[in-house]
Amino acid sequence: MSKLNSNIPKGSLSDKWTKHKGKINLVSPSNKRNIDVIVVGTGLAGASASATLAELGYNVKAFCFQDSPRRAHSIAAQGGINASKNYQGDGDSNYRLFYDTIKGGDYRSREANVYRLAEVSGNIIDQCVAQGVPFARDYGGLLDNRSFGGVQVSRTFYAKGQTGQQLLLGAYSAMNRQVARGKIKMYSRHEMMDIVIVNGKARGIIARDLVTGKLERHAAHAVVIASGGYGNIFFLSTNAMGSNVSAAWKIHKKGAYFANPCFTQIHPTCIPVSGDYQSKLTLMSESLRNDGRIWVPKEKSDAELIRKGELSPLDLEEEKRDYYLERRYPAFGNLVPRDIASRAAKERCDKGFGVNKTGEAVFLDFSHAIVRYGKEKAKVSGLDSSDSDLIYRLGRDVVKQKYGNLFQMYEKIVDEDPYKLPMKIYPAVHYTMGGVWVDYNLMTTIPGCFAIGEVNFSDHGANRLGASALMQGLADGYFVLPYTIGDYLSDEISTGEISTDSPEFDKSEKAINDQLDKFIRNNGINSVDYYHKKLGKIMWEKCGMSRNKKDLKSAIKEIQELRVDFHKNVKIPGNKNEFNEQLAKATRVSDFLELGELFAIDALERNESCGGHFREEFQTPDGEAIRDDENFKFVSAWEYNQDPSNPILNKEDLDYEEIEIKTRSYK
Amino acid sequence: MKLFLKIWRQSNGDSQGSFQNYEIEDITPDMSFLEMMDVLNEKLIIEEIDPIAFDHDCREGICGSCSMFINGRAHGPDTGITTCQLHMRKFKDGDSIVIEPFRANSFPVIKDLVVDRTSFDRIQHSGGYISINTSGNTQDANTIPIRKEDADNAFDAATCIGCGACVATCKNASAMLFVSAKVSQFSYLPQGQVEAKERVLNMVKQMDEEGFGNCTNTGACEVECPKGISITNIARMNNEYLKAKL
Repeated sequence: MSKLNSNIPKGSLSDKWTKHKGKINLVSPSNKRNIDVIVVGTGLAGASASATLAELGYNVKAFCFQDSPRRAHSIAAQGGINASKNYQGDGDSNYRLFYDTIKGGDYRSREANVYRLAEVSGNIIDQCVAQGVPFARDYGGLLDNRSFGGVQVSRTFYAKGQTGQQLLLGAYSAMNRQVARGKIKMYSRHEMMDIVIVNGKARGIIARDLVTGKLERHAAHAVVIASGGYGNIFFLSTNAMGSNVSAAWKIHKKGAYFANPCFTQIHPTCIPVSGDYQSKLTLMSESLRNDGRIWVPKEKSDAELIRKGELSPLDLEEEKRDYYLERRYPAFGNLVPRDIASRAAKERCDKGFGVNKTGEAVFLDFSHAIVRYGKEKAKVSGLDSSDSDLIYRLGRDVVKQKYGNLFQMYEKIVDEDPYKLPMKIYPAVHYTMGGVWVDYNLMTTIPGCFAIGEVNFSDHGANRLGASALMQGLADGYFVLPYTIGDYLSDEISTGEISTDSPEFDKSEKAINDQLDKFIRNNGINSVDYYHKKLGKIMWEKCGMSRNKKDLKSAIKEIQELRVDFHKNVKIPGNKNEFNEQLAKATRVSDFLELGELFAIDALERNESCGGHFREEFQTPDGEAIRDDENFKFVSAWEYNQDPSNPILNKEDLDYEEIEIKTRSYK
Repeated sequence: MKLFLKIWRQSNGDSQGSFQNYEIEDITPDMSFLEMMDVLNEKLIIEEIDPIAFDHDCREGICGSCSMFINGRAHGPDTGITTCQLHMRKFKDGDSIVIEPFRANSFPVIKDLVVDRTSFDRIQHSGGYISINTSGNTQDANTIPIRKEDADNAFDAATCIGCGACVATCKNASAMLFVSAKVSQFSYLPQGQVEAKERVLNMVKQMDEEGFGNCTNTGACEVECPKGISITNIARMNNEYLKAKL
């Protein structure tokens, strides 16, 4: 257990970070020039960390599998970023943001890390505005805010439905400035294949140039993993097609513990699946729940008629609609946290109230908001507020101004006008709270290997609140890692340049070459996607929105069998020394097939329901989660043990010094 | 539906490419264009034919990876979308579809439909940023109010996804829309003023060095831009450029 030292500084919660920063060992500017840092991944966390590390003077090598760092999947985040600025004067504070985040995470996150996150949140907004990020503003020229789920203040900063894009382009621009100075060397279309450990310390990586297929050796004094989440284990998710677990899994197999793999976020508002050919799911931002009301018909017979296309939702009277979130959770209504909204949608659909052909969809309705905004606009402009067409037009323009790009995306995919007909939505896999275990300095259990952003586990517990992922990615990258890494690197100032000409690099490179050769020579019968889809189906049906002992046990067995079948029968066209997307995909799916088993084992071991992890055996009569703080108030940090079927469980107990643990209620 | 596809195949940057014909059946209107390509590739893999390489990632129109020229139009026969957002309902049974990479000297082909757009990155390296350190104590975000109209205009320019449709569409392979979007974004914001001169001069210089053509105001870029970036940004950049030169 000695490895699992969270290194949380002593002292009162609000002083920990300040005091810790004051005590961290520093590396002098003249020494920083001689220290190399590898950053894998260029999303919000990786790009902001690369830029800041380079600015501090370190030599950074940044890697991404996309053709440009600007394409990392942070770009797709829509709704916003939280910060406790209290610009709206609604009583927000660092403490309140911290408290909401811990509660939202169902008391399974690390208190000290979350407080630090809240503490630096305001700086992120200052930094981004200074970089030229065009956040939404009000008519007085000041920054605008909106609300997100699980929260009763307006603390979310946004740039229409493209907040992630604007923040990532901000971080990308900060990187570009360092590329121009020669402080960042960018390796795009490169994939990390393995981490190289020399004398117990992370000393570099083996990367594959995805254009030429060649393996490359890169050495450094520290390796930072910022490769995002593993939601694509479900095949269908809101993640980008290339998002994968491989960097995280490779370090796990070399000694980094993997924490809470079963904590997955299923986002309530996504466009439903339409057919077997489907390659990905599209999110409709949580910000829409500020104005959209979620409902299904009260009567099953009406739901049936709607499913058959014999009744339009527009013709169903108000009293025949069930706004089930407002009914069940009056205090938070449509803005309950994601896990709760998702389960409630599943509950209604499972009981036969679903509203699309497959029976797996609920309505997200903007008609009330359009009328409300329309009337307000008419009043302000002195127009006739009894003209319903005029009200509709005015209201539609306001809604368009707020969420235009989301409505356009919906219309293009579904081929229906969401300004007229309510959107049909259903939960989909979106984010993974679990990830690589890190200490307070964001270092993994491999000395010199750090993990930042979605790839680590620490801040969101069992459920992440909306608009907190962008906050965490940038907090880790701009304001935490660049300083905490100094504590480790201060011991490296005399190390000098690290050679890639060592038995450790040889061994690692050979292992990868062998794996690639095996795939190419396999001469199997099924494509990589065939296996990825099968894995996704097991994960969704047995490790998805609700889980039980029997299904989890059978999932473990099925994944083991699928893994054997995959290695025997997968077919990879082409060869390894060329641009070969199927080969790249095979290495990623191979890792997902190993993670899948750990995921199910973790879910099976956690005999409680908390946040996104809902075990059917542990629920109240009205379907609310029953958490077990006596037995499960810990982080499950799994240690790899020779093969994927025998992981060793290590526990980090979660101590809450400042807050009282309660049953989470949004009623 | 059944479709006849004519797709550009090229094994790498050094080889000669050519069109190859493929037939595909059982395509449904709700499929996205890239899902149709997935179905085709699955078929090719089983038939032991090298699958078609194409760039794609987010599949929701924001990452800017996908880049096909479909029936003579960047991102295909619909407006305001990227290829990944194009749906097969825009085609009908029996249609022939010609699929090519984005073509420009500054976007060399890597394989099939995949092109190298790092020239765009290099233009951004030359000045697409505001030189501000990550200190944690820059001034408070609300210290300088910005007119909503200016903030909105900066945002509209900033929504460029860097896909390169503007270049592929322009008969001169000009990158003026792409470059002007960044110059324009910063020109609307007070934070962008300090380095305004150097920025526009350096970015235009780099754009020229990358071999992109000049703008002759045909406006095709604006029509095909999936994000509706306005050509007025080019006028604004020209204005900034002139101010910087004087």
